[in-house]
Amino acid sequence: MTRLSVLKTYKIYIGGQFPRTESGRYYSPLDAAGKPLANVCLSSRKDLRNAVVAARKAFGGWSERAAFNRGQILYRIAEMLEGRRSQFVEELMLQGAIEKAANQEVDLSIDRLVYYSGWTDKYQQIFSAVNPVASSHFNFSVLEPMGVVGVVAPQNSSLIGLVSTIIPIVAGGNTVVVLASEKLPLCAVTFAEVLQTSDVPGGIINILTGTEKELIEQFGSHMDINAVLYAGDTAENYKTLQVLAADSVKRIVKFKLNPSDETAENPYLIQDFQEVKTTWHPIENIGGSSSNY
Amino acid sequence: MNKNQSTKWNLDPAPESAGHVQLKTQYELFINGKWEKPNSGKYFDSINPANEEKLASVAHADETDVDKAVKAARHAYENVWSKLSGKERGKYLFRIARLIQEKAREFAVIETLDGGKSIRESRDIDVPLAANHFFYYAGWADKLEYAFPNRPVKSLGVAGQIIPWNFPLLMAAWKIAPALAAGNTVVLKPSETTSLTALKLAELIEESGLPAGVVNIVTGYGDTGSAIVNHPDINKIAFTGSTNVGKMIQKAIAGTDKKLTLELGGKSANIIFEDAPIDQAVEGIVNGIFFNQGHVCCAGSRLFVQEGVAETVIQKLKDRMDTLYVGDPMDKNTDIGAINSKKQLETISKYIQIGIQDGNEIYQSNCALPDKGYFCKPTLFIDVAQSSQLVQEEIFGPVLTIQTFRTVDEVIQKANNTPFGLAAGVWTDKGSKIFNLTSKLRAGVVWANTYNKFDPTSPFGGYKESGFGREGGLHGLEAYLG
Repeated sequence: MTRLSVLKTYKIYIGGQFPRTESGRYYSPLDAAGKPLANVCLSSRKDLRNAVVAARKAFGGWSERAAFNRGQILYRIAEMLEGRRSQFVEELMLQGAIEKAANQEVDLSIDRLVYYSGWTDKYQQIFSAVNPVASSHFNFSVLEPMGVVGVVAPQNSSLIGLVSTIIPIVAGGNTVVVLASEKLPLCAVTFAEVLQTSDVPGGIINILTGTEKELIEQFGSHMDINAVLYAGDTAENYKTLQVLAADSVKRIVKFKLNPSDETAENPYLIQDFQEVKTTWHPIENIGGSSSNY
Repeated sequence: MNKNQSTKWNLDPAPESAGHVQLKTQYELFINGKWEKPNSGKYFDSINPANEEKLASVAHADETDVDKAVKAARHAYENVWSKLSGKERGKYLFRIARLIQEKAREFAVIETLDGGKSIRESRDIDVPLAANHFFYYAGWADKLEYAFPNRPVKSLGVAGQIIPWNFPLLMAAWKIAPALAAGNTVVLKPSETTSLTALKLAELIEESGLPAGVVNIVTGYGDTGSAIVNHPDINKIAFTGSTNVGKMIQKAIAGTDKKLTLELGGKSANIIFEDAPIDQAVEGIVNGIFFNQGHVCCAGSRLFVQEGVAETVIQKLKDRMDTLYVGDPMDKNTDIGAINSKKQLETISKYIQIGIQDGNEIYQSNCALPDKGYFCKPTLFIDVAQSSQLVQEEIFGPVLTIQTFRTVDEVIQKANNTPFGLAAGVWTDKGSKIFNLTSKLRAGVVWANTYNKFDPTSPFGGYKESGFGREGGLHGLEAYLG
């Protein structure tokens, strides 16, 4: 007798847990042949709000971690992804990729995680400054993460697009709520399983599946999202986002790079989601004037 | 056993086990990914300074061996390492970092057996910092174009690296990690008294799959080091050690194109102001001078206390010293382990004799020393003159000189009045005073309300006769790029 295989339920990822969408709805993305791939959660605006609550709760702890520790954790994700590569290759092929391209995409995603794990304790050294003010003050500027960042992942990529958009933001100490590609959502959910078995605390990265059309307004208008990275390709949605963002002076960044390209590896993607903080401290300038050793 | 006579209670022995550690009885030279016997056939003993027992025989490399190592490094540089992408170089370094983390306990135990430092320090400081250093520079390997804007990224070639015995594994990490990240290959010589963790690192590097010849480890004495320094096919020399040897190296390479960085001796001032948090400052003084038995180039070996608090600080310091455990480095309660070698113990004892003969007030902590091994009591000399040999020369042991001062101006003058300029400590609750001192002290590292802190992201190195170049951080890459 042949064994009946057990099918995976694709759920969303909020606060380190795998709930179904609170709305109970689903949609079925299609494969190249037009056949349904799976029943995927059609996340609601309420799911988005729940994810923001989880991301906000996780922000304090994550942003206060040592930069070195964040690097170790991102590297651990790469290790876990390497170990589960065959599952990702399979899913990429289910979603239409040929085997060679699928393998390349997984390789690139692992290497990209390693790349950004290296930046966590270095971007500060590139972008910070000691400012030679004319008065007797020690004056320095450092970068600090913005807070909760919404991400609309690229539509035409299942894994590398997701990794390339969320990891620089998280490397910089922000927490993230990401809407996965509507057409190619499978790898996002499986990536959540990788995150959960790495050392990433719950709530740092929250992953929703669903439609951009339904959630874009909420991304723009939610008062507790500090910034949004838009990597979608619908001009109308992008404009809606920009308009609604103004109510909370949200920072909006458009992702213009090709995630499969090396140009998607640069520290400016980290800097895009950092504030600059300048500190002034007096210098009591006495003594030592004749100490010219 | 830890005996402490000043308190009524003694801690039970808590020795770390050495059972799981794998040490060979004889170590060869690690050249071109293979273990090669030395040309001379000569070996020397590496001994445990805490009980004077032999741990292993170590090969003594001569000029021929060094030449072989340099050729291997050159070959690996031309044919493999310089052709690899930064990304792939970085991935090897990440592997090495992870392997050190996996084998942390074995490295800590061997470091303590071979060098005499307390297991607490090798376990909590040396080994984790070494792993972190590899992790940090691994990340730089594919990001070098960001380090020095508008400067093309170019590696140097073969780096000859000579490291001291006070932090053997950590110094190997400080040298190898940035060199490899920047695309160079390496010939490294550990100190003759502490070769073992460098050789264990060679085994670990083998395990990591690093291409043969990228890292070569040659063990030996000063003659081995000199063969590295004088080898014509080396592009860069990195040396950490005494100022005397540093000066010899600088002379030896004069007229060549070799790039040089030197991390040499120090006589660092640790300055306590009246408005300092006194109890924390006393901890800082103890950590500053007694950390690693005082075998620290940046040790806070000259204490300056403002007059108003001098009596209190010195009394509290004596009380604190009496609670320090001096003894078996493998005991987890031990604060101060064994002096690294007989020779170093003799040097320290010589300085203590000079201090006594000069008529200085001496205080030594009230502890029993083990019968075997090389040990030294924590020692203070109080009210020492600025011109005294004890104040002017590096002792490299648990010996602290104390001077007092009245004004900010006076202490800046005294602190800077030394040929060295490695580090300094400042203790005050007033921030504006700290930044005044950090600007005026001629030293490469200034610790404010803390001491002896190290991090892979933080540049370390000296002014004046404490050497030049920095290790650690973005600035540490400079030494390995053209």
